[in-house]
Amino acid sequence: MSQTATMSGAPASAPVPEAGPRGPKPKPFFTPKRIIIYTTLVFFSLYFLFPLYIMVVTSMKTMPEIRFGNIFALPSALNFDAWGRAWTSACTGLTCNGLSPGFWNSVKITIPSTIVSIFIAAVNGYALVNWRFKGSEIFFSILIFGSFIPYQVMLYPLVMITREMGIFGTLPAVILIHTIFGMPILTLLFRNYFASLPQELFKAARVDGAGFWRIFFEIMLPMSLPIFVVALILQVTGIWNDFLFGVVFAGTQNLPMTVQLNNIVNSAQGTPEYNVNMAATVLTGLVPLIIYFVSGKLFVRGVAAGAVKG
Amino acid sequence: MQPSVSIKDLSLNFGSVKVLEHLNLDIAQGEFIVLLGPSGCGKSTLLNCIAGLLDVSDGQIFINGKNVTWEEPKDRGIGMVFQSYALYPQMSVEKNLSFGLRVAGMKRAEIDQRVKRAAEILQIEPLLQRKPANLSGGQRQRVAIGRALVRDVDVFLFDEPLSNLDAKLRSDLRVEIKRLHARLKNTMIYVTHDQIEALTLADRIAIMKNGVIQQLADPHTIYNKPVNLYVAGFIGSPSMNFINGTLDGEIFTAEDGTRIPVGAYEFGGARTGAAKAVLGVRPEHIFIGEAAEGMPFKADAEIEIVEPMGSETLAWTKVAGIPVTFRCSSDIPLAAGDKVVVGFDIARGSLFDAESESRL
Repeated sequence: MSQTATMSGAPASAPVPEAGPRGPKPKPFFTPKRIIIYTTLVFFSLYFLFPLYIMVVTSMKTMPEIRFGNIFALPSALNFDAWGRAWTSACTGLTCNGLSPGFWNSVKITIPSTIVSIFIAAVNGYALVNWRFKGSEIFFSILIFGSFIPYQVMLYPLVMITREMGIFGTLPAVILIHTIFGMPILTLLFRNYFASLPQELFKAARVDGAGFWRIFFEIMLPMSLPIFVVALILQVTGIWNDFLFGVVFAGTQNLPMTVQLNNIVNSAQGTPEYNVNMAATVLTGLVPLIIYFVSGKLFVRGVAAGAVKG
Repeated sequence: MQPSVSIKDLSLNFGSVKVLEHLNLDIAQGEFIVLLGPSGCGKSTLLNCIAGLLDVSDGQIFINGKNVTWEEPKDRGIGMVFQSYALYPQMSVEKNLSFGLRVAGMKRAEIDQRVKRAAEILQIEPLLQRKPANLSGGQRQRVAIGRALVRDVDVFLFDEPLSNLDAKLRSDLRVEIKRLHARLKNTMIYVTHDQIEALTLADRIAIMKNGVIQQLADPHTIYNKPVNLYVAGFIGSPSMNFINGTLDGEIFTAEDGTRIPVGAYEFGGARTGAAKAVLGVRPEHIFIGEAAEGMPFKADAEIEIVEPMGSETLAWTKVAGIPVTFRCSSDIPLAAGDKVVVGFDIARGSLFDAESESRL
């Protein structure tokens, strides 16, 4: 206490530290709180990972090994035969070409559906926020209301509409249906995101003389990467995992992977080949899984930026 | 001479809410006009109407004699600077400046020349290749001004351009805007809620309240001869002292019976008989000590609180039972509890009708 404070701060004249706590408070790793948190986290991750583990392990076993009954055991040898069969020669209904045609069908459905639906929704959201027109709020309400109507209610009318349009049972039909059903949630997403951008930016661009499309492409789009990633993930996973619209609208030539997976697994003929079924299932789920792994971080950021701020 | 901007009978409603009502305003060529008022008074709305960013409900807007009421913003010959800068975040400063020119399809050489000139005027040449995110607030606002500058417009619109800056930068940029106006001699319409900005920058100030211009005059008149109670109370910090009472001839009687002779006051209009009135005196027109001697009204007062501001001192006291603030030199030693004589300079005060609230 007798020390006088000096501005020079030379170490030699620094006050002698007294005994007792000093600096940051030590934080022990094993506190009750942490133990509870980590136990819970580990438990739930195991809970969710276990089915995946069983699927992957079973897909690498041979049928005799599976019949042995120990489903948790590791395979005796790494054996990808079942994966190959699932991809190229498993029977999906009458044909026995494996899942690969279904994979390419799903690609043909997913890519155009995703692009078209996201583009239209982005323009919708942009127009709803920045180019308010008479009745724009009502239009938006109706659009949102659409997302509360169960699909099954609209299924039959849509079948009739696509039939009248002459596209029932073709790729354009299923792409159109996916675009329509993606519209409410995607428009909401984009509208909220564009509403969170400063309005003055839009005004400045208008004073600078830019029009509807110029502002959209040169000002708004470059700022919207996070929300595009969110929309991309939502659409790719949603459309890839879709079964109902694929089986109804795509036609027998274009059945998506999910439908063919169902045909493999639910095959009534012969003995069920569990290893092939498991391999086919993992293969089908691979695309959404990869999308999540690649863009998970951007996804979280985009959701925080766009969907939460109203 | 033809007015630069002329607003005739302008009204704007949002649904049933009347934001602007039958507003008329003529702005001369090269004039710096400040729209001043509290938030929600319609000043930014008026600016957006002039810019063409809002559709008006009724009335007309002329810029350089041309009726632009239905014109697009880009065709009005205006440049606008926003409070949040509104720089395009993914473009470099140079691209930000040239965006409007590129949209207009101008030739490359002409664009380069204009950007160079604007950058030179605003001293942002070293920043041209940077992105807005890498600029400080002051630099961003300069770029925003530059964006209006390159378009070579007749009228500059400023929407609270300094409100996002800290106090030091604000006063620096304030001077720079004034310098810019002296150099370019463009018409400038400037919206703010900061009365210091208004008083320092404006050729004329339009004080707005509820979508109506209360007074349109030069800063000196606004400050010294406010037309009504609202303007008197809005302008000046600390605000004017108001004493309620009755005016009969040249004697103003406060509510507690204190008689204040107001013979020195210059009445504007016709005088009526005894009527309720409000006497307003600015804090710097109340004196103590020797200076109070010659004043038409003197009173004994006790100092309640002293606020030293460095260059001057603010003191709080009570006269005629009403709290009164006055300003004095910081050289005069004052402390709470001191007994002083205060003198009111009635000639520089203001008298308002208590009913109509307008100046007498």
